Amino acid sequence: MTVSPSAAAEQKKFRIDTVEHAAATPDTELPWAELGLKEDEFHRVVEILGRRPTAAELAMYSVMWSEHCSYKSSKVHLKQFGDKVTDKMKEHLLVGIGENAGVVDIGEGWAVTFKVESHNHPSFVEPYQGAATGVGGIVRDIISMGARPVAVMDPLRFGAIDHPDTARLVHGIVSGIGGYGNSLGLPNIGGELVFDSVYQGNPLVNALAVGVMRHEDIRLANASGAGNKVVLFGARTGGDGIGGASVLASESFDADKPSKRPAVQVGDPFAEKVLIECCLELFKSSVVEGIQDLGAAGISCATSELASNGDGGMHVELTNVLLRDPTLTPGEILMSESQERMMAVVTPENVEAFEAIMDKWNVEYSWLGEVTGTGRLIIDWDGETIVDVDPRTVAHEGPVYQRPMSRPAAQDSIQANSFNAERPFGSAAVKDAILELMASPNMCDKSWVTNQYDRYVQGNTALAMPDDAGVVRVDETTGLGVAVSTDANGRYSYLNPYEGAKLALAESYRNVSTAGAKPLAVTDCLNFGSPEDPEVRWQFAESVRGLADGCRELGVPVTGGNVSLYNQTGGVAIHPTPVVGVLGVFDDVARRTPSGWRQDGQAIYLMGTTQDELDGSEYANLRGHLGGQPPKVDLQAEKLLGELLVNASRDGMIDAAHDLSEGGLAAALSEMALRFGVGARIGLGEVCERDGVDLFTLLFSESQARAVVAVARSEEVRFKDMCSARGFAHARIGVVDTEIGALDFQSNFTLPLDELKAAHEGTLPRYFG
Amino acid sequence: MSTPLIGDFSVAPENDALRAVRIGIITFPGTLDDRDAARAVTIAGGTAVGLWHAEANLQSVDAVIIPGGFSYGDYLRAGAIARFAPLMEKVVDAAAGGMPVLGICNGFQILTEAHLLPGSMIKNNHLKFSCADQLLRVENNTTAWTNAYEPAAGMVVPLKNQDGQYVADEKTLDELEGEGRVVFRYDGENPNGSRRGIAGISNAAGNVVGLMPHPEHAVEPGFGPDSSAYGEVGLGYGTDGLRIFSSVLNSLVAGGKS
Repeated sequence: MTVSPSAAAEQKKFRIDTVEHAAATPDTELPWAELGLKEDEFHRVVEILGRRPTAAELAMYSVMWSEHCSYKSSKVHLKQFGDKVTDKMKEHLLVGIGENAGVVDIGEGWAVTFKVESHNHPSFVEPYQGAATGVGGIVRDIISMGARPVAVMDPLRFGAIDHPDTARLVHGIVSGIGGYGNSLGLPNIGGELVFDSVYQGNPLVNALAVGVMRHEDIRLANASGAGNKVVLFGARTGGDGIGGASVLASESFDADKPSKRPAVQVGDPFAEKVLIECCLELFKSSVVEGIQDLGAAGISCATSELASNGDGGMHVELTNVLLRDPTLTPGEILMSESQERMMAVVTPENVEAFEAIMDKWNVEYSWLGEVTGTGRLIIDWDGETIVDVDPRTVAHEGPVYQRPMSRPAAQDSIQANSFNAERPFGSAAVKDAILELMASPNMCDKSWVTNQYDRYVQGNTALAMPDDAGVVRVDETTGLGVAVSTDANGRYSYLNPYEGAKLALAESYRNVSTAGAKPLAVTDCLNFGSPEDPEVRWQFAESVRGLADGCRELGVPVTGGNVSLYNQTGGVAIHPTPVVGVLGVFDDVARRTPSGWRQDGQAIYLMGTTQDELDGSEYANLRGHLGGQPPKVDLQAEKLLGELLVNASRDGMIDAAHDLSEGGLAAALSEMALRFGVGARIGLGEVCERDGVDLFTLLFSESQARAVVAVARSEEVRFKDMCSARGFAHARIGVVDTEIGALDFQSNFTLPLDELKAAHEGTLPRYFG
Repeated sequence: MSTPLIGDFSVAPENDALRAVRIGIITFPGTLDDRDAARAVTIAGGTAVGLWHAEANLQSVDAVIIPGGFSYGDYLRAGAIARFAPLMEKVVDAAAGGMPVLGICNGFQILTEAHLLPGSMIKNNHLKFSCADQLLRVENNTTAWTNAYEPAAGMVVPLKNQDGQYVADEKTLDELEGEGRVVFRYDGENPNGSRRGIAGISNAAGNVVGLMPHPEHAVEPGFGPDSSAYGEVGLGYGTDGLRIFSSVLNSLVAGGKS
C-alpha cells in the first residue's frame, strides 16, 4: 500500500508550531523553565523575536544559551585570554580563540591545530560511550579546521582508587577511549591519571586532539555566498543525546513514541574514521567552502554558527534531514546530538563532485537548503516556517553574566594549615617512603591504562607515555614535529587557585621543554564546580586570571579550549582543575629527549633549587593532608629552564631529561631509572647542604623549575658552562650505572630496581585486574 | 654499533632493481595502517602502490600487503566483510598464482576469512585491547616474507589488537607445525592465549603470510619499540620489522622481477 506524502506527514501527528502560529497565539504556555532557560532569558528571547518563540525556536535558544554552549557565566573571565595577549605572542598564531580550534604556525609551511575538551558528565552516566564520544567530538573539531588528526591525549581524574564505583568508571572510560581512538587510527600519546575522592561523583574525562595541515589548507567554518548549498552528511540523526528536548511534549500528541532515550550519545568510530578521510578528500579537492562539525546542540548549533559566522543567512528544510527514528519532532531534530555528523557549504557547481566523494566513501548525505542574503536563519518543516531568527542572537549574542563572587570563608584557615606531620628520618624510613610513593595511585605505573591505547599507528610517534610529553613527527622529510603535554594539579588549585593555574601552566610548559621542544601555544579545559556557587565563581575567576597572567609572562597564547562547570555533587565541588595543554615545536624530532637514561657513565645533574615545599604535595596527600600554600611559582625561572633544556637537547648535550613535579626528586629519579631499567649511583649530600634541606625534603618537596638530566661525559663542561652563563643552579648528583640494577643513594641506602619496579607496576593491575 | 638517530631513513641504499618492485597496499574503509605499510615498503627500497578495495584492479603490482585497522568497523567479525570486496577476488586469484601476499593484524584476519590461511582470531584471552612491544621468534625463514632473517631470529615489534588470539583445530595446528608453516611464534609469555603461541603462519606454498604483530611499526630508529623489556632498545634499535619488507623485495628481484 502506498501512502501519499501528505498522509505520511499527517501520520507523524505533529502539531507544528509555525512562526505564523506563534505570532497568532502569544499567550501559549511554553516549557522554557524545563528547558533550562531562566525567566529573564525567556523574556529576552521574546523581546529579540518581537513575539513568543515557536517550539523549535525555543529548543534552539535554550540549548544554545545553555552554560555549555554559551559560556554565559565564564565569558567575562575568559576575555582575559584575548586581552592579555601581546602582538609578540600572536606571532605564530594563525587562528585564535573562537573557531573550532586554534591554529599555530610551526614553520616550513606547516600548521598545527590542537584543543582540549571535557566530556565529564556523560562519562559518569555511561562511561564507555561518554568517553568514546568525547574523543569523537574533539576529533571532529580538528577535522573541521581542514587538518588531519595525528594524535590524541586523555587527562583523566577519578575518585578514590578503592571506592566501589571507581572500577566501573575506570574500565568503562579507558576502554571507551581506546575503543574509539584506536579505531580511528590516532596514536594516543599521553595524558594524566589522577585518583582523588573529590572526583568521586564527578570524574573528569578530558580529551585533547592534535591535527596538522599546510597553511593553505586552513578552513574556517562559515556560510558565505548566497546560493551556496547546505548539506548534512555522515551518520543519520537519531534520538540520542537529546537533553531537554523531550519536554517539548506540546509538539507531539503521540503517546507511543519511544520516549526513554539515552541522554548520552552513542559513538560509531568506523563512521568517524570514514568521515575523517572523506572530509580530507573534500578539502583537498576544494569541493567545500567550509565544514562545521556537529557536537553539542547538533543542528541548532551548526546552522546558527555557520550562518552567524557567514555574511548572509541560511534557509533550510528540516524534513530533508535523514533520520534514524522517524518519530522525532522538529525540536528534537534540532537538538539531537547524534555523533559522526558534519555540515558543509558547497557551491552549486561543486554539488556533483561532492556527491561523487560521498558515494566513494559510502557516506549518506542530504541537501538541507542554501545560504541566503537575508541575514536570517529560516528553518522550514514541510514548507512551513518554524524558525525565523537572527542567527547571531542564537549563536553569539546569548546572555552574559557577571555574578558576584566570594573568596571561600575557609580559604584562610586552609592556607594556614601547613603540613607539619612527622617526616621520615633515617635511611630505612626514606627508602620505604620512596617505595610507598611510587606505588601510590597517583604515582604508580600507568601502563595498565596506556597499553590499552594504540601509540604506534601512523608511524610518527617519537615519544609517548611515560615520557614527559607526547611527540609526533609532522614532516617525514625534515623531521619537523610537535610535543604536547597536559597538566593540572587540583590540590594546588584548591589551596590557591590563582597560583594553581600558573603551576599547571608551568608544569605543562616544563614538560614540553624537557622533551626538547620550544613551547608555542596553550589550550585549556577548565573543570570547576557549580557557577551558581559564589565561592566556585571566585575559584574560576582566580584560575582564569592566573592562567592569563602566566601565559603572558611565558609568552604563549591560549588558542582555545573548553569550560566544564557543574562538576559538583551533593553541594561539594571538585577541586578547581584547570587542565592546561601546551604545544611545542621541534625543528627535528630526532633531537627529542626521552625521560630515562641508558648510557653507562653519563653524569646526572639536578637543575634548579629545592625549598621546603611539601604543602599540597603527593607525600602530604599520602598522609591525608591538604593545606597550606602550594609551591611558589617563578615563571622567569621556568622560562630560563625551558631555554636551557631545549638548547641542551638541540646541541646534543643531554640524552635524558625528566621534569620534577608531583613526587619531586624521588619520583623523577625512580621514573628515569625505570624507563629503560638502568640504575645509577646518586649522592645528594652537597645539594642538601647547598639548599639547606634534609634528605627527605630534597627528595619529596615539590619545588618548581627543576629537572634532572643525563649528560654525556664529553659534554659536561659545555653543559655546566651553559648553565653558569645563564646563572641557573645546577649540581652533579650522580652517574648512570648499567651494572648495578639499583638506585644507589650513596652513604644512605640502595633501592633495587626490581623492588621499585614491582611496587610501581603492581598497583593498577591489583585494583583493576 | 652506535645508536642510529631517530628518523634515519638511510637504511636501504637506493637500488633501481628494488625500486622497480611494486608492492600494493590495500585500503578498505576503516583501514588504519596503510600509510605505515607504504612507508615500510619505501624505506626497504621498494615502490608502494595504493590499492582501493572497491576497484578490482591490482595495477600490475608484484606483491600485496593487507594492512591493519578495523575494516568496516569489525562490528560483525574481524575481516568478515572485507573479504567480499571486489579487489579481494583478484588477490585470491593472484595468491593462487604465487604472488606474495602479506596480511598484518586485520589483514591476517581478512586472509583467514578469505580462506587463504587456516584458522581464525578471537578476542584476546585477557579481553582487552593491548598495545605492547612483543618479542617474536622467526620459525620459518624460507617464506617470501621472511627470507632476510637468520634462522630462529628474534624480533621485537609492536603487538596491538583486541582480537588477536589465534585459534584452529588440533589437526590444523599439527599440520601447520608439521609443514613448517608456523612462521612467527610469541617468545616468552603468551600475550593473548594464541594456540601454541602462534603469531603468524603461511600457506603451503609460503607466498601468503599473515601475522598479528605489526612489523611496519618497527622500521625506523626512534619510531619503533623502545621499551626496556627486551634489552637496551629492543634487539635492533626498534627496526626489527624492516626485514619483512626487504625479504619480499629480495625474493622478487632474485626471482627475475625487472
